[in-house]
Amino acid sequence: MKSLSDSALAARVAQDIPDGSYVNLGIGKPTHVSAHLPEGREVLYQSENGLLGVGPVPPTGTEDPELIDASKRFVTPATGAAYFDQTDSFAMMRGGHIDIAVLGAYQVAENGDLANWATLDEKYPPAVGGAMDLVVGVPTILVMMRHVNRDGSPKLLKTCSFPLTGLGVVSRVYTDLAVLDVTPAGFRLVELAPGNSLDAVQALTEATILT
Amino acid sequence: MDKTVADLARAVAPITDGASIMIGGFGSSGIPFGLIDALCAQGTTGLTVISNNAGAGETGIATLLKAGRVAKVICSYPRTPGSIWFERRYEAGEVALEVVPQGTLAERIRAAGAGLGGFLTPTAYGTRLAEGKETRVIDGRGYVLEAPLHADFALVRAEHGDRYGNLSYHATARNFNPVMAMGARHTIAEVRHLASEPLDPETVITPGIFVQGVVEYGVRP
Repeated sequence: MKSLSDSALAARVAQDIPDGSYVNLGIGKPTHVSAHLPEGREVLYQSENGLLGVGPVPPTGTEDPELIDASKRFVTPATGAAYFDQTDSFAMMRGGHIDIAVLGAYQVAENGDLANWATLDEKYPPAVGGAMDLVVGVPTILVMMRHVNRDGSPKLLKTCSFPLTGLGVVSRVYTDLAVLDVTPAGFRLVELAPGNSLDAVQALTEATILT
Repeated sequence: MDKTVADLARAVAPITDGASIMIGGFGSSGIPFGLIDALCAQGTTGLTVISNNAGAGETGIATLLKAGRVAKVICSYPRTPGSIWFERRYEAGEVALEVVPQGTLAERIRAAGAGLGGFLTPTAYGTRLAEGKETRVIDGRGYVLEAPLHADFALVRAEHGDRYGNLSYHATARNFNPVMAMGARHTIAEVRHLASEPLDPETVITPGIFVQGVVEYGVRP
């Protein structure tokens, strides 16, 4: 198996972000997508804590402690940025004003169900943040994740076993092994990461991959 | 009209045991650290804390959790890097947790402040967070009926304030502060700069009608 690095995966997702989009990048791996946006495209990234137009991380020593993104990283405002409060921020999401969200996931099912906020471990406190608001309002939900769990168990399933974030909301999944569209018939292969075979990727996927 | 209070201790004095308190901020930005420390020093306990996060490290809401003053947390994202005191209290069963999607949390607070009886949102429809709640299908889409979320007090942090209670904010420190100021029955604002002249009306984000006490606290996190 040839697994894409996190950076290569972020670059692959970035290729599919059109010029002029408003995009929300979830915490973790998705935050790296903006660094790989192809030249010549202008995209405004929304951070749900109240910034539309997330710019680069500031040089050390110039950080503003009250200017952070949803991952709590210090950031700068991009050209054309705006600040706003939480009610406006979530109106942007639920109201369908954001074009694309890129999210991490514990599990994705072949009908587009997404599980990314709680596990089955009762001792581990669940944390939903803005994920449920994003998936109901943003028309294109892209998931970016490892193809399998650390123990090798599949994350692309017939049915999610973890509590759901949203029902039938995922448009496309990018993993270190493949890109898959969610269609009414199930996962359909868009492309394999270089050096991988469909048989090998299918063996690591509980759901059937259509071609 | 003068809503200024001389110091932090006097500002939090009206808060009594068992109160529900909205606390502004997201991550470490826009958190009223001075008011929280004063509340902790006052010894008030049995609190219900409504905030986006549940504190990190040994500051902010974590100081209240560490001191055992919090009976319940209502938030969207309790688990942040370094949220050790929340995790300890939660694992030991010493603090109750209600997880609310972030946009629903903001809107429930707004509903309380705006005099609404609730609202229908598609957020969480069909998930565990909608269990036991009334739902409705409108034009083929499922919605969950969410109730207003009231609180006895709000502690907010602003960049500028004046004696009328008018507030303006800095960068992403705005976050939950304006809506919480509106949602609580008694709002106490910690401001980095207390202006000697009234703020320019064009720059006011939170109109002073939503604020009952203003105290200057120049320290930045």
